[in-house]
Amino acid sequence: MKKRSWFERIAAAPYVAWSAMFIIGPLLFVLFFALTDADGSFTPDNILSLPSYSHTFGISLGFSLIATVVCLLIGYPLAYCMSRMSERARSVLTILLMLPMWISLLIRTYSLMALLDNGGLVNSLLVGIGLPKITFIGTEGAVILGMIYDFLPYMVLPIYTSMTKLDRRYLEAASDLGCNSLQTLFKVVLPLTMPGVISGVTMVFVPSISTFYISQKLGGGVFDLLGDTIERQFQLADTYYIGAAISLVMMILILISLAVMNKFSDGGEDIIV
Amino acid sequence: MKFLSRFYIAIIFLLLYAPILVVILFSFNESGSLSSFTGFSTYWYSDLFRNDEALTALKNSLILAISSSLLATVLGTFAAFSISRAKNKYYKKIMESVSNIPMMNPDIVTGVSMMLLFVGVAQLLSAGSYLGFWTMLIAHTTFNLPYVILSVLPKFRQMDKSLTEAALDLGCTPVQTFFRVELPYISPGIVSGLMMSFTLSLDDFVISHFVSSPDFKTLPLYIYTQTAHEVKFSMYALCTLLIFAILVLLIAVNVAGSMGEHRARKKAGNQMRGGN
Amino acid sequence: MNKNVLIRLNGIAKSYDGETVLDHIDLEIHDKEFVTLLGPSGCGKTTTLRMIGGFETPDEGDVFFDGKRFNDVPPYQRQVNTVFQRYALFPHLNVFDNIAFGLRIQKLPDAQIKEKVKEMLALVNLKGFERRKVGTLSGGQQQRVAIARALVNQPKVLLLDEPLAALDLKLRKDMQNELKNIQHQTGITFIYVTHDQEEALSMSDTVVVMAHGRIQQIGTPTDIYNEPINAFVADFIGESNIVDGHMLEDYRVRLAGHVFDCVDKGFAKNEPVDVVIRPEDVDVVAPEKGMLCGLVTGVTFKGVHYEIIVDVKGFKWMIQTTDFVAEGETIGLSIDPDAFHIMKKSEFSGLFGDYSSFSDELEMLSNAEEEIEEE
Repeated sequence: MKKRSWFERIAAAPYVAWSAMFIIGPLLFVLFFALTDADGSFTPDNILSLPSYSHTFGISLGFSLIATVVCLLIGYPLAYCMSRMSERARSVLTILLMLPMWISLLIRTYSLMALLDNGGLVNSLLVGIGLPKITFIGTEGAVILGMIYDFLPYMVLPIYTSMTKLDRRYLEAASDLGCNSLQTLFKVVLPLTMPGVISGVTMVFVPSISTFYISQKLGGGVFDLLGDTIERQFQLADTYYIGAAISLVMMILILISLAVMNKFSDGGEDIIV
Repeated sequence: MKFLSRFYIAIIFLLLYAPILVVILFSFNESGSLSSFTGFSTYWYSDLFRNDEALTALKNSLILAISSSLLATVLGTFAAFSISRAKNKYYKKIMESVSNIPMMNPDIVTGVSMMLLFVGVAQLLSAGSYLGFWTMLIAHTTFNLPYVILSVLPKFRQMDKSLTEAALDLGCTPVQTFFRVELPYISPGIVSGLMMSFTLSLDDFVISHFVSSPDFKTLPLYIYTQTAHEVKFSMYALCTLLIFAILVLLIAVNVAGSMGEHRARKKAGNQMRGGN
Repeated sequence: MNKNVLIRLNGIAKSYDGETVLDHIDLEIHDKEFVTLLGPSGCGKTTTLRMIGGFETPDEGDVFFDGKRFNDVPPYQRQVNTVFQRYALFPHLNVFDNIAFGLRIQKLPDAQIKEKVKEMLALVNLKGFERRKVGTLSGGQQQRVAIARALVNQPKVLLLDEPLAALDLKLRKDMQNELKNIQHQTGITFIYVTHDQEEALSMSDTVVVMAHGRIQQIGTPTDIYNEPINAFVADFIGESNIVDGHMLEDYRVRLAGHVFDCVDKGFAKNEPVDVVIRPEDVDVVAPEKGMLCGLVTGVTFKGVHYEIIVDVKGFKWMIQTTDFVAEGETIGLSIDPDAFHIMKKSEFSGLFGDYSSFSDELEMLSNAEEEIEEE
């Protein structure tokens, strides 16, 4: 092989420096703050105090798992139906699916809140047909609904992409070998679209477990999720240390679950954005 | 079966769009009511435009998005070039994994870690106020980088190695080869990386939330503070405007995509005609 | 022919990950010569070419160009240009800009560039194609642009790496003639890499047959065909029956239980040898008149002739004949003394030249495989 030219060697230098300073560096600071106190001396106290946040970890995990599962249950059939539409319809649907991704999460959450608010459209419709008002804001359901609503497109798109990439001949081969359409779905389509499912699951689960805006708006401040806890710690300088410890643990948990999920599928890393 | 699947698609998309449509509709509501539409008015829009803070936030957002996406694109393109040429497997693996960190980490962790870096460094230097445009620029460039690399690297990988060799063969030095052959070849990847960075930066709230100061507020941060306590109808107007801006941008990109090739062909023709 | 040595390879060795690709190659290439490096995939021919082009550096040995050591000169400082296997035309440039590419790097004045490009387009029969996008051209046209792009720089040597492999048969034949003409007109040294023996024979002044990272034989096309040096060359160039034999004395060879007259000499008494008999040199006669007798086990109509497989005492011969012979018939074979070509035993003995497992289909499959590997 030819030797690499000096240009090929130094082209990455600015990026290497940048990522050392601003990708690796910040993570080291998280580690540093998580393990020190206000005097800058080493202490395990921050980490040791985490069990008192186990309730927070619990509901965050619960909410985001439910949201992820519901997104999968809604999204997988949706992707499947979309992939069987005509070429023309598909291109329109793809744009419609991607448009919400481009709209700020703040706006979308805010608009959902407007709809579900006590004085909102849904409740005024309920009153209009003679039913009592329902308080949505501040319930578990509203928070989970917010997660589902915000992140559903992120579940559908990767699954849909892996379905459209699926060679139709596999389906024909399956039916040729005697599968009915349901059997084809479970025995051929599902295994082959697993990479899409896995990136969809990550793209819903990670933002769900770390959100704070959704729980603030739709939870009405009733629920303290991981994101809320971290966000609150960082409003006051002397609680950075606990916030860093929680962030560290959350990051490690997520990296572990990503690694586990990637084990299920080699293609899991080609996340479609 | 076919009907059922269409019905299902229709229902889901309707639910997906209902809140957005409500916001758009009620931004034109003359009364400040969320429950009933009392009459058409553009009052909330004029209310919005009377507001200097919103316009400043918009200006800040644009400045930040443009500068961070350009910076990320330059850094990321050279990085992708170097990664694609690296012979050492471990070097490649490490480079790619590191560049993926900001993409895999939850935004809140990226934001918090950035903030701790800035706080920590400021403590070490005993400096005072440190958050503002520059910290925002660093943070946005950092989270844009993996997306640039993600869209440029495959282009380098797709590129036939003999194109590079052909350029060297015809007398280009490696630097000339990069600018005359490789860069034009990967330019679609660069453009999509740039576009993606621009929109991500424009859209980002969570990371900015941790590394910003009240002196330099972007549009999402402005929306956040405005919606913190009560429903404001001028925010409905702002959201509507943003949604339409995004829609126009998306359509423009699609149209530009199909126009691009056409124009390139025409340009090549003109050059020759001018030359003769 | 001009006998100036332009390029000299001296003991070139190269290996990738411990696998030897070139095993100490020595080769001289003369000025204005059309040299073909011929061999199956993995024989080292492309690596040799890339070393001359400057895309590979040898582990051992030296490359000399015009008498000067050349190993570490980068490609862009070599007076050598390449026509790449799949053309490697720049997709973002049109035909004119592709051809003008090298001249622009040399910073030639625009008027001169225009002049030269025009000249080149005429040479490769592509007048009026200046503005076309390269993506809209056919394979053959892209091929011509690639040749023009390389030649316009007036290199001392043009390297061609299987340039016709992607074209269909008819076009390939036309391009072979055209390339030959271009070489005559320009007087540039061509070094041509191919695995197609017919192409090598019809175009070259000199053919270099390579296998296993070594040069097996260097010679003119007729030398290579008529006097192959070992079983590999005999088998690779054309069809050959390669039979074990013993050289009883000068001009007397014994094979298949029969003693034949031949025209070769200079072997030891009773030396075991490989004997090559080309399929077209065997005459089919009545069984009683034949020097050898055999049973016809396969007949294939080839248009110009029939190709028949004959079992002679368990060894299957291929014979080309214009007379129809039916399968299952017993026939006699007659061979003239000058049809025998005697070769010393080599590492390739016994590996080639027996048609017992021969079939057209297999041949085609292995060719296809070869082409895929070349990618």
